[in-house]
Amino acid sequence: MMDWLHWAIFTGIILVFVLVMVMVLIMIERRGIARFQLRPGPNRVGPFGALQPVADAIKVLTKEDIIPSAGDKWVHWMAPVIVFVPAFMIFAVVPFQKGAILADLNIGILYIIAISSVGVVGVFMAGWGSNNKYSLIGAMRAVAQMVSYEIPLVLSIVGVVLAAGALSMTTIVENQSIPYILLQPLGFLIFFLGSSAELNRTPFDLLEAESEIVAGYHTEYSGMKFALFYLGEYAHALAVAAVTTVLFLGGWKLPWGIISDFPVAFIWFMAKMVAVFLLFLWVRATIPRLRVDQVMAFAWKGLFPLALANMFIIAVEVLIWPNTPWPLILVNFAAAGVLIVIWSRFFHTGGGRVEV
Amino acid sequence: MMIRTEPVVINMGPQHPSTHGVFRMRVTLDGEVIIDMEPVFGYLHRGIEKLAESRTYTQFIPMTDRLDYLASMSNNLGYVLAVEKLAGISVPPRAEYLRVIMAEMMRISSHLMAVGFFINDCGALATPLLYMYREREKLLDLFEMVCGQRLTYNYMRFGGVSHDVPPEFLPALKRFVAEMPGFIDEYDQLLAENEILLVRAQGVGILPRELALNASVSGPVARASGIEWDIRRADPYLVYDKFDFDIPTGTVGDCYDRYRVRILEMRQSLRILVQAIEQLPEGPVRSEVPHLVRPPEGEAYGHIEAPKGELGFYLVSDGSIAPYRCHIRAPSFINMTTLRDMVLGWKLADAIIIFGSIDIVLGEVDR
Amino acid sequence: MRFDHYGKGIAKGMALTLKHALTRSNITVRYPEEKLHNSRRIRGPELVWDPERCTVCATCAKACPQGNITIVSSIGPDNKYVPERFEIDHGRCMFDGLCVEACPFEALHMGREYERGTYRRGSLVENKEQLEASDVRHPSAYFRPEFEAEIPEQTLLVNRQIRGTKTRRRGWLSP
Repeated sequence: MMDWLHWAIFTGIILVFVLVMVMVLIMIERRGIARFQLRPGPNRVGPFGALQPVADAIKVLTKEDIIPSAGDKWVHWMAPVIVFVPAFMIFAVVPFQKGAILADLNIGILYIIAISSVGVVGVFMAGWGSNNKYSLIGAMRAVAQMVSYEIPLVLSIVGVVLAAGALSMTTIVENQSIPYILLQPLGFLIFFLGSSAELNRTPFDLLEAESEIVAGYHTEYSGMKFALFYLGEYAHALAVAAVTTVLFLGGWKLPWGIISDFPVAFIWFMAKMVAVFLLFLWVRATIPRLRVDQVMAFAWKGLFPLALANMFIIAVEVLIWPNTPWPLILVNFAAAGVLIVIWSRFFHTGGGRVEV
Repeated sequence: MMIRTEPVVINMGPQHPSTHGVFRMRVTLDGEVIIDMEPVFGYLHRGIEKLAESRTYTQFIPMTDRLDYLASMSNNLGYVLAVEKLAGISVPPRAEYLRVIMAEMMRISSHLMAVGFFINDCGALATPLLYMYREREKLLDLFEMVCGQRLTYNYMRFGGVSHDVPPEFLPALKRFVAEMPGFIDEYDQLLAENEILLVRAQGVGILPRELALNASVSGPVARASGIEWDIRRADPYLVYDKFDFDIPTGTVGDCYDRYRVRILEMRQSLRILVQAIEQLPEGPVRSEVPHLVRPPEGEAYGHIEAPKGELGFYLVSDGSIAPYRCHIRAPSFINMTTLRDMVLGWKLADAIIIFGSIDIVLGEVDR
Repeated sequence: MRFDHYGKGIAKGMALTLKHALTRSNITVRYPEEKLHNSRRIRGPELVWDPERCTVCATCAKACPQGNITIVSSIGPDNKYVPERFEIDHGRCMFDGLCVEACPFEALHMGREYERGTYRRGSLVENKEQLEASDVRHPSAYFRPEFEAEIPEQTLLVNRQIRGTKTRRRGWLSP
């Protein structure tokens, strides 16, 4: 009985938390990108523009729901749901603090990897059910990209799992005496790039590339369904930020092992999540996007060998020094630098002009 | 067993966020590869050449502003030079230097916009574009100070410019010229070695030198393909033969070379501006010209190096107050005829970049 | 061996954007709470007519490329022209200033206010009562240097210091 109560309350808390944090993230993104571009961002609705997402939500809810008449209606209707729900399900195993977790599975990270792959199906359903050439092109690019980037992503997670010795998220946090971002910089880089591709953020946002295919797979969506896509994207970004914090930044733990309890640890966790999101934002504001064949080449020829090498190095280190002394930080940074520089000498994207 | 595939015809229609203006491209795609492309334009045709036949020579000057609306001073200058050649009007030296200053400022502004939108098409979420707009805003403020408008200037007249610059113009221009090279260095730091830009723009959309020569391409597009042709050197007008500047050229003729040529041309324009401000003489800015200009019968062709290429005005006069025929050689239109050859064999995303790197303005193409 | 494609260019670009985000203040202006001063010679979206100096010679109407000015005159007392109708269609006007330049008696000026939106296109055709100067319709100094003294100086972006932190930082939490 108490278990059911625990789960019900936590599910409610997580739902409310994610919805509120998604609104906060939307505001951080818009004002953050505006700050990079030396302009204020939304500042009219509410103090400092804080009610702008509410205004957007009201606008989106009062719009007419347009369904293409020749598209596959059931597929068109289910697609936003399939994209939106997995982002929520990831939060079931994220430990916000010691003991503050909905379901302490001992296969936590495996559950996350499995669930986040379901979103790909939703994206393709959206493209197919829209009966639109642009959407179909966008959806096919999306599937190719998301599927290819899961492999380096999972390999970098394997590195973390080897070092922590467990798949459960709480154990990974507790075993991080030194945060894994310092011990495995190459793993963090690969995880970051793989997650950018899973989230369809720049430099891999060719799906929503306005300059080419208008809006990709969500061209034909309006009203609440478009809101579900939009919210689902930010909820997924929040989930990835949370997972990055747990895996690489040490979760709720303060530096130098200061013991802390409810408000401080929770706020520290949130601060780390926002910091990861700001890193995504900084990358988005600066660099252009890649073309689809370059995206695929980067995944298979660029990140995949690096991820394999990373996993091998970490396996060797865990075997020889199981308690990971701190000089390993310098060794790993040096190894990462050498690998990146050498591999970039051999990596070229190929592609190019096809004889017509 | 070969899978049977079918090419798809996609219409990157007149309303598209990235075609610069109302331009339509019907591309035939095989997967992602473009196997055929047909440009369709004419959505912005206003009949300017026909309107010229019913306007006096002076009344047509504001209409030339609307051709390449992002570089209005250059259009004014081309037309005014053609009429002065036709009617034999001479220009005082201060007016010539002021015209050079305006033309070079216009070149910097137009190239800032061209490069900014090129990077925007590559996908950089408008951040480099907004940084370049900041400098363009300073230039537009200076233009507003001189002639009262920010986009369609109507500043050149036959025999000089319409009125003198106010006394606070030159100090502001000197300050701009002093700090602009620092900003161009910032753009280089942001973009010149950016690996993603290199991967997307190097080797893409190559325009071979022979094709460029045969298609009479001009401007930065031709210079990036290795043709060293600049009308300011080849057929100097105004006082360009008194200035010391280089003509930057590229070697390969891909999108990256066009982008580099425009950045280098901005630096050379700053050089010319420094020299022009130093050498600016005093004197009148407009010679005495009758109110209604009535050139003798004949024809004349006046051409300038506009930011987009060679802009030419061909005027035929029959002795009355309005031209008998005015034909405009629009550089964007001629440069765009090579678009199909540049785009075939590349992917859909590259078509947008190649189109952005030619830098066309639909006002010129359609007239 | 050339090691120049390992991400150094991207890192430099990201350093530049971070520097902009942390040290540069906003360059936008909060309209309508803050307004910049336009140029003294602005060819604003309206015209100002001086009936005292106008002799109804219709040179302005002949100079306009589009024929926006409609003048109907009659002979009044002491043998001078009197304008019955003097209308300018602001909807078709390009604001090129050829009419202002052409007037031999300096009776027509460009205006300088710009918040002139109306709800109906017909109300853009302004007759002679509306065209006169008033306290909401001021002439600009385009081709009329005698008005320059009463117009404030233009705000130039090139004079606003945006490098570094000397100016008041309007970036971070400005409402």
